[in-house]
Amino acid sequence: MNMPLRKTETAMVLPASAAKVFPLPAAKRGTFASRTMARVRDVAAKLIPPIVMIGLLLIVWQILCSKPGATLPSPSKIWTEAYDLIVDPFFVAGPQDIGLGWRVLTSLQRVAIGYGLAGVIGILLGTLVGQSVWAMRGLDPIFQILRTISPLAWLPISLAAFRDSQPSAIFVIFITAVWPIIINTAVGIRNIPSDYRNVAAVLRLNHLEFFVKIMVPSAAPYIFTGLRIGIGLSWLAIVAAEMLTGGVGIGFFIWDAWNSSRLSDIVVALVYIGGVGFILDRIVAGVATIVTRGTAAN
Amino acid sequence: MTAYPYLKIDHVDKSFTRGSTETEVLKDITLSIEKSEYVSIIGHSGCGKSTLLNLVAGLLPVSAGCVLLENKEVNDPGPDRAVVFQNHSLLPWLTVYNNVRLAVDKVFSGTKSRQERHDWTMHNLELVQMGHAKDKRPAEISGGMKQRVGLARALSMEPKVLLLDEPFGALDALTRAHLQDSVMAIHGKLGNTVLMITHDVDEAVLLSDRIVMMTNGPAARIGEVLDVPLLRPRKRLALAADPTYLKCRQRVLEFLYERHHFVEAA
Repeated sequence: MNMPLRKTETAMVLPASAAKVFPLPAAKRGTFASRTMARVRDVAAKLIPPIVMIGLLLIVWQILCSKPGATLPSPSKIWTEAYDLIVDPFFVAGPQDIGLGWRVLTSLQRVAIGYGLAGVIGILLGTLVGQSVWAMRGLDPIFQILRTISPLAWLPISLAAFRDSQPSAIFVIFITAVWPIIINTAVGIRNIPSDYRNVAAVLRLNHLEFFVKIMVPSAAPYIFTGLRIGIGLSWLAIVAAEMLTGGVGIGFFIWDAWNSSRLSDIVVALVYIGGVGFILDRIVAGVATIVTRGTAAN
Repeated sequence: MTAYPYLKIDHVDKSFTRGSTETEVLKDITLSIEKSEYVSIIGHSGCGKSTLLNLVAGLLPVSAGCVLLENKEVNDPGPDRAVVFQNHSLLPWLTVYNNVRLAVDKVFSGTKSRQERHDWTMHNLELVQMGHAKDKRPAEISGGMKQRVGLARALSMEPKVLLLDEPFGALDALTRAHLQDSVMAIHGKLGNTVLMITHDVDEAVLLSDRIVMMTNGPAARIGEVLDVPLLRPRKRLALAADPTYLKCRQRVLEFLYERHHFVEAA
């Protein structure tokens, strides 16, 4: 028996009646108790290792900085010296003596404006560059050069242009965050599978419908990668910018504390900055998973 | 019967230019398809059959000649020539229902009410037996199911011509047979005009009224057109021993493997 014949026979034995499609079964759920136990175990498995590691680091730090003549404060010393900063983020004791929570919020406000602008303009410019070959040829080299410039190098220029520290700081955030958003959006748009373009063509979607229904969802994973890099860079840049521009803000607080030799306060501020940066990143990542659910998996 | 054919591919050439080199893919293709006819195009891989389908769909421009639908030239893609793509091409961020609904909303926005569009979406999903999975995303259903949804999306546009681009090529033999039966049943019920690309001889003979056999590229031509005079509805099992079926099958095999043997390594 040769191969082609055998193939026909396979086809012959199939049922001639119309094919039935069996409904998909619903996923099984365990009892409430077993689900809760599973969740508790899951959370514990994620939380215990970092807690242990942080504890170990604190112990090592305490030992290293407990010697007489240590240049940096030990954790216990920081706790006693900067007690009010640690326990109450939102106290107000005077115009320049406020809790770190307030300072972080002021910085976050600047980041929100600068990053928001960067998001909108970055996605629009990225779409343009991703869609049009000529826009890409013209703009891409410029972007590639501009994006390598350190955020702080923009500060004198923006101070000269805006003649005020507040818009200058916002501009620095904008100019820092916008490049990864532009570049990732452009890549995302360029990578829209031609299948989706064909579907849009057959359906005769107009430009706006194509943008909303095909382009944005298809490029969303890329766009969110850009947004995530952007928020991280913004938060890096605001601290540095505030050190130079002054006023209220977590960056200036560090500079001020350094000038008054309050090292413990600086360490507390660093923990705040790290914590807030982490939370910002998680927020953008969380939004990304909600918006792009299903998009990455095909 | 009208004086002109329903769909006419009239002396179409297609060549691709890349830099200074020009590759001629299709040469002088002329084919007429009547309403409710099921026509398959078969040929070795790389002979340009998908290109021909894309020309009819309007996704590619013709280099010479023209494609006429109801005696009107078509150059742009449109829902009157709905395509079922080889790799389903469902939008992964939309549910099964919304994938079909997108097409329904676009095509019938001016002529059907919201409720009617919903009913029409569900009607087409039921037609391909996918109503039960309407809230699933494409990643959550099997390959055969995705292809069913792709078919539902194309049917929901009420196309004048249904273009199937190797719709069952990526499926296993069992699933493929089920889907072929579904397509036959739907064609019997709705009387669609279908142009299907395939490389499966049994599939072509089983489903088609006519089989268009293409020579090997470059500059592929229509080598032979075979009528399949089998009565509908066709039963897979009964046909297996049918002398007409076997003769048609034999003719296609002879064309593909004797007279136009594929010379390049596949």
